[in-house]
Amino acid sequence: MSRLTPSQTIGPFFHRALLHEGWNDLAARGAAGERIAIEGRVLDGDGAPVGDAMIEIWQANAAGRYDHPEDRQEDRHGNRPIDSNFHGFGRVATDSEGRFRLRTVKPGAVPGGGGAMQAPHINVSVFTRGLLKRLATRIYFPDEPLNESDPLLSTLPAKRRARLIARAAGAGAAERVLNFDIVLQGADETVFLDV
Amino acid sequence: MTSTLLGYRRIAKGLDPPYDHAAYTSTHKRAPKNPPIRIAHTLSEITGPRFGAEMVGAGDADLTHFAGGEALGERIVVTGRVFDEDGRPVSGALVEIWQANSAGRYAHVADQHDAPLDPHFSGVGRVATGADGAYRFATIKPAAYPWKNHYNAWRPQHIHFSLFGPGFATRLITQMYFPGDPLLQLDPIFQSVPDAAARERLVCAFDLETTIPERALGYRFDIVLRGRDAIPFEGGGSGGAR
Repeated sequence: MSRLTPSQTIGPFFHRALLHEGWNDLAARGAAGERIAIEGRVLDGDGAPVGDAMIEIWQANAAGRYDHPEDRQEDRHGNRPIDSNFHGFGRVATDSEGRFRLRTVKPGAVPGGGGAMQAPHINVSVFTRGLLKRLATRIYFPDEPLNESDPLLSTLPAKRRARLIARAAGAGAAERVLNFDIVLQGADETVFLDV
Repeated sequence: MTSTLLGYRRIAKGLDPPYDHAAYTSTHKRAPKNPPIRIAHTLSEITGPRFGAEMVGAGDADLTHFAGGEALGERIVVTGRVFDEDGRPVSGALVEIWQANSAGRYAHVADQHDAPLDPHFSGVGRVATGADGAYRFATIKPAAYPWKNHYNAWRPQHIHFSLFGPGFATRLITQMYFPGDPLLQLDPIFQSVPDAAARERLVCAFDLETTIPERALGYRFDIVLRGRDAIPFEGGGSGGAR
């Protein structure tokens, strides 16, 4: 019998405890790879901004390697090194208009099941008042050939699939800007994942 | 690719709250209508950020004084161990906590409850688990406070906990409650956990051995994160749904 500790909501008062300087910029230490910024809004079922959400991201580095002892790809290939300037975790809160912005590098493709490769993606957790447990989703990239064969994307109908792919939103001075809105509920609801 | 990896066990029915819980008003516009899509665990879910003792500064585990003075209220010690579902200690794990003060007020701009702030209580702490999964912090017992969920709604006394565990799949944010609190029966957030035994595991236990004579009452609160699947899979990912 499992003795798992249940989840409870993050509530509205987490900011002082959980927001740390620099955690919204994963590339700040000079990581290798293409610089990107991810901007978006968190919206509720009425399309109203969710101003008290926390977004976390976790991703592989530009070579497709996670900075974690259980990712032993280098041992097998020797060509997916750890980037000592990149850990791959970020955390940010939404502002009063539901907006968030993270800076990072585009991750490489990582292996999936049965030898298939997964298209480059960023793993996302969403926490907010009104969510009794976190919501998980993924950010995929536009114009990415591997999206066609990705084990998750390829199982989704076109409209739902599109909700997992960030939209190009122009180029900043030093980075490509991508838009990824997170819609908690409704016709444009984000595709959430049971991990 | 022949290396084997173990995914994480699926959360048994009733152990976690649903997204949509009618009694908790804030879920009405924030809970998704579509069920989340179950995905097989891959490196993306098995790996996760690792933060531990390097994140914890001197004094971060002692919330009883702040800004040069002693916090007001009933001093307590909260201690426990972090395990996975198989009883293995989760060591070197960052535990972040936050809470209201002894008057039921958070040091937060959005908290408009008409109760006094305590300039000597931040309500924020951090601690890392040791090799045996144990953590310990000293704080002030938080008070209940009103919220607008329904008429005369009050949150029971609670402390928020945030933990990563070893992988993306083990991320947990929860709340710890206190034994004997009459508000627990009335609280839609606590009551959102369907399984009664699981719900009770959110309530800490008074512990005389943890209690410090002439100083602070002691409470024990163990935390259990998801354990590993029994069956390994090959190639850095899983072939089937789990």
